[in-house]
Amino acid sequence: MTKNGNNGKPLKVVGKPFRKVDARAKCTGQTRFADDIVLPRMLYCKMLRSHEPHALIKKIDAKKALALPGVVAIITGSDLPIPYGILPVSQDEHALCIEKVRFVGDPVAAVAALDEDIAFEAMNLIEVEYEPLNTISSIDEAVMIDEPRIHNYGDSGNIHKKISLEFGDVEAGFAEADLVREDTFFYEGNTHLPLEQHAAVAHFDPDGKLTLWSSTQTPHYVHRALARVLELPASHIRVIATPNGGGFGGKSDPFNHEVVVSKLAMLTGRPVKVTLTREEVFYCHRGRHPVLMQVKTGVKKDGAITAMHFKSFLDGGAYGSYGVASTFYTGALQTVTYEVPRYKFQGVRCFTNKPPCGPKRGHGTPQPRYGLEVQLDKIAEQLGLDPIEIRRNHLVKPFSVTANYLRIGSMGLGACLDKIAVGAGWRNKFSGWDPDKRKLPYGKGIGVACSSYICGAGLPIYWNNMPQSGVQLRLDRQGGVCVMCGSTDIGQGSDSILAYIVAEVLGIDPFDIRVVTADTDLTPVDLGSYSSRVTLMSGNAAIQAAERARELLAIAVAERLGVPIENISLAERRVFDVENPEAGVTFAEAVVLAESKFGTIGTVGSYSPPPSPGKYKGSGVGPSPAYSYSAAIAEVDVDPATGIVVVERIWIAHDVGQSINPVLVMGQVEGSVYMGLGEILMEEMAYRANRNVVHKFPSMLEYKSPTTLEMCDVKTYLIEDADPNGPFGAKEVGQGPLLPVPPAVANAVYNAVGVRIDEVPITPEKVLKALREKAKGRSGRYGPESVPEVSWPEPLKVLTPAEGGDGRELPHVAVHS
Amino acid sequence: MSESEKNKAHIKFFLNGEETEVAFAPHKTLLEVLREDLGLTGTKHGCELGECGTCTVLVDGRSILSCLMLGLDAEEREVTTIEGMAEAGELHPLQDAFADLGAAQCGYCSPGFLLAAKELLEKHPKPDRELIKEALSGNLCRCTGYIKIYEAVEVAAARLRGEEMELPRESLYGCE
Repeated sequence: MTKNGNNGKPLKVVGKPFRKVDARAKCTGQTRFADDIVLPRMLYCKMLRSHEPHALIKKIDAKKALALPGVVAIITGSDLPIPYGILPVSQDEHALCIEKVRFVGDPVAAVAALDEDIAFEAMNLIEVEYEPLNTISSIDEAVMIDEPRIHNYGDSGNIHKKISLEFGDVEAGFAEADLVREDTFFYEGNTHLPLEQHAAVAHFDPDGKLTLWSSTQTPHYVHRALARVLELPASHIRVIATPNGGGFGGKSDPFNHEVVVSKLAMLTGRPVKVTLTREEVFYCHRGRHPVLMQVKTGVKKDGAITAMHFKSFLDGGAYGSYGVASTFYTGALQTVTYEVPRYKFQGVRCFTNKPPCGPKRGHGTPQPRYGLEVQLDKIAEQLGLDPIEIRRNHLVKPFSVTANYLRIGSMGLGACLDKIAVGAGWRNKFSGWDPDKRKLPYGKGIGVACSSYICGAGLPIYWNNMPQSGVQLRLDRQGGVCVMCGSTDIGQGSDSILAYIVAEVLGIDPFDIRVVTADTDLTPVDLGSYSSRVTLMSGNAAIQAAERARELLAIAVAERLGVPIENISLAERRVFDVENPEAGVTFAEAVVLAESKFGTIGTVGSYSPPPSPGKYKGSGVGPSPAYSYSAAIAEVDVDPATGIVVVERIWIAHDVGQSINPVLVMGQVEGSVYMGLGEILMEEMAYRANRNVVHKFPSMLEYKSPTTLEMCDVKTYLIEDADPNGPFGAKEVGQGPLLPVPPAVANAVYNAVGVRIDEVPITPEKVLKALREKAKGRSGRYGPESVPEVSWPEPLKVLTPAEGGDGRELPHVAVHS
Repeated sequence: MSESEKNKAHIKFFLNGEETEVAFAPHKTLLEVLREDLGLTGTKHGCELGECGTCTVLVDGRSILSCLMLGLDAEEREVTTIEGMAEAGELHPLQDAFADLGAAQCGYCSPGFLLAAKELLEKHPKPDRELIKEALSGNLCRCTGYIKIYEAVEVAAARLRGEEMELPRESLYGCE
């Protein structure tokens, strides 16, 4: 397979474990995060948040607060009447609530004062009169109770969105099956918990231009939201994303605090800063949706899937956020690991009076992946098949199109399974399903799971025909190279990726390059650091820009040397004739020659994903230029006396296509394993339903996340099955490796003590309850028993590619029953 | 002038080896004094409640949470922040190893980890993996899964002992 970018030349930079371009800054404390910015005359902002989960705002009185010395301005919802939201279909947020509040933590007023202490004191002097409304605290309540509505839009009552899609005749598929299983799972919500609390600084200059520095993963979308809400021309707004102190999806929405400090800066003519407290970060949330799932799968005796019907029920919290996309994602990627010839998906997202859910690492896919992979383990047991074999034997084919019209590219999942099976010593540890023949002692267990993830969403968030990523390159006559791109470094190393790729193409050292990113005044648009899109999309754009620059240098140097352009090569900071390498010039001299010939040397590159074969309504979520693959084996130790699960080691293989930098890929894999481990063992956003739907523990002490003492040993294997759509063949790694971890651990727990925990997280209480049930001769399963009744719309029917479908839905036929 | 700005406290202490004087509102924590009154923003905060370890600095060589210590209590003491870890532009071996192994991803928790690790290696030049985990268990990192941090501490420990140590191949490229 040809790889984009290297034209068969041996790689000098790509694939090598270079330091990140900002590594020294980060290890010396010199990286400037949003809260590190201090401007002269800067004011501090605090936001008053609702303590009511659902209430009408009757009155806000800020007189006492305004009278406090040092208070400069106070604003409320009426100062910012225009709604916004990340998705065009969910413009349901106001920077400060206007008529009502929808969760404990919803902001109602904001203060700008000379210092943070005064702002805090003033905030507490603002008097708000609420008229409480009944609350909706769960999926069940949202489905059953239509009034009061949390929002006056959505599919019905407190249902935000319903989806019903069917690809091929699923009932016929179940009829062909030797075994049909139906299982129910619940995956609790959890949050990103970045170490950096969100912060933003706004400055409105005397010439009427606004600058916002913010810890955001999506400066372009913030830019659009600010223009809308502040009614300023977008050309008068500059958004600079500061390096994010961790994002994981939690800094991907335009946030109320960003709008608020911008407005306060405009009103006061002074810079205004806001830094959220940790408690407020819990209220920002936008984390993993709690998802209840029902999975019905038909299989042949050998484990080949004949059909699958997947239902998901999402607790969306109080606002739309990315929720419609999240809902589609809970049904999109079931088809990209194993052959699923017929597939039906039904999903529903509810509004509840809790902090809004949104995208967290893996966006909408870890929950269904958990259900699918745990069910597959149960199927393997029922059929007496080895859990690795049942997966290995039915993998989706590379370069094929799935039943729901996702185009698969390179597919290294088989290689991933082979690596971890050998690495973990699977054959010596897994001894079939008969508990009497076990090879590991009771209490020790091993489990496996696979997964796949997108390398960038095929479609942008708002409809347009422009590229999703742009790169601009400037070469100066001293040999300096500056690469400019809207992409945002959230710690994953995207700034470095740009430098490595440009260095590879231009034959220079990555540390010769200056990288300028995430500044809407200086850099071409990149849509943001979400959906694992940055390496693939900005990487391809960087290759195009660099190749165009290389062409100009090659023409100028070929002319000087009197050789054909094809003879010119760039390497080791030189531009030379490959047939006579001594004849050549330094890179800087080459730029002088090119600038003399062509004028100032600047090039651009851009990237648009290929069109998706799916054309049906709802086909916008799931398509991607490429899919990464991961497989993991977990080995656990379960104490039957306490129910405590210790994960001892995880072996994980990830098909990254091509490592642009292997040590950074390793870091992403290990970090994903860590985050998956936290989700399966302990992390949960939990609320007291009967006490005002307040968050049980909005603090880092009580929201349990793995410390060094809980983190397991990790053995990582990198598989490089290059994808023709990736830069140098590269695919994503930031999110995919999280996905197999929760189900692999759940399957290992079953192997260890024979209980199925069909609910995430697997806490000691749940394990003990299941063990007690088992001791009474029952199944030893802990998990949800049923799903709520939902009146689903008639599914939109699409013929699969195998059935001769063209990717469009069949004409709607009214069904009377 | 606000209430909190009146009657500033004044202390003298040794900050990164330099005698330093600073005036600040007396209720301020050492974290706030460092960041706001001295402009040393390398010390970060993640909770300001003593839960995450991000604001770790060394006081008289011991790692402490600067969000839980009053600035006033720093009087006459030796305080080391991340800004004082590299000397004359030369990275400390821990910083070098963190940079080489990508142990600083977003870099926000890194100053705290580096200082906690510095204290560890000063007390235990040859810590095993379990001791490293124990010593760093008060610092949260959401990016790395801690693995690259352990590996970096091990590399730095060996180099500080004067041993030659290559970066482990498995850390850079994964298992064969």
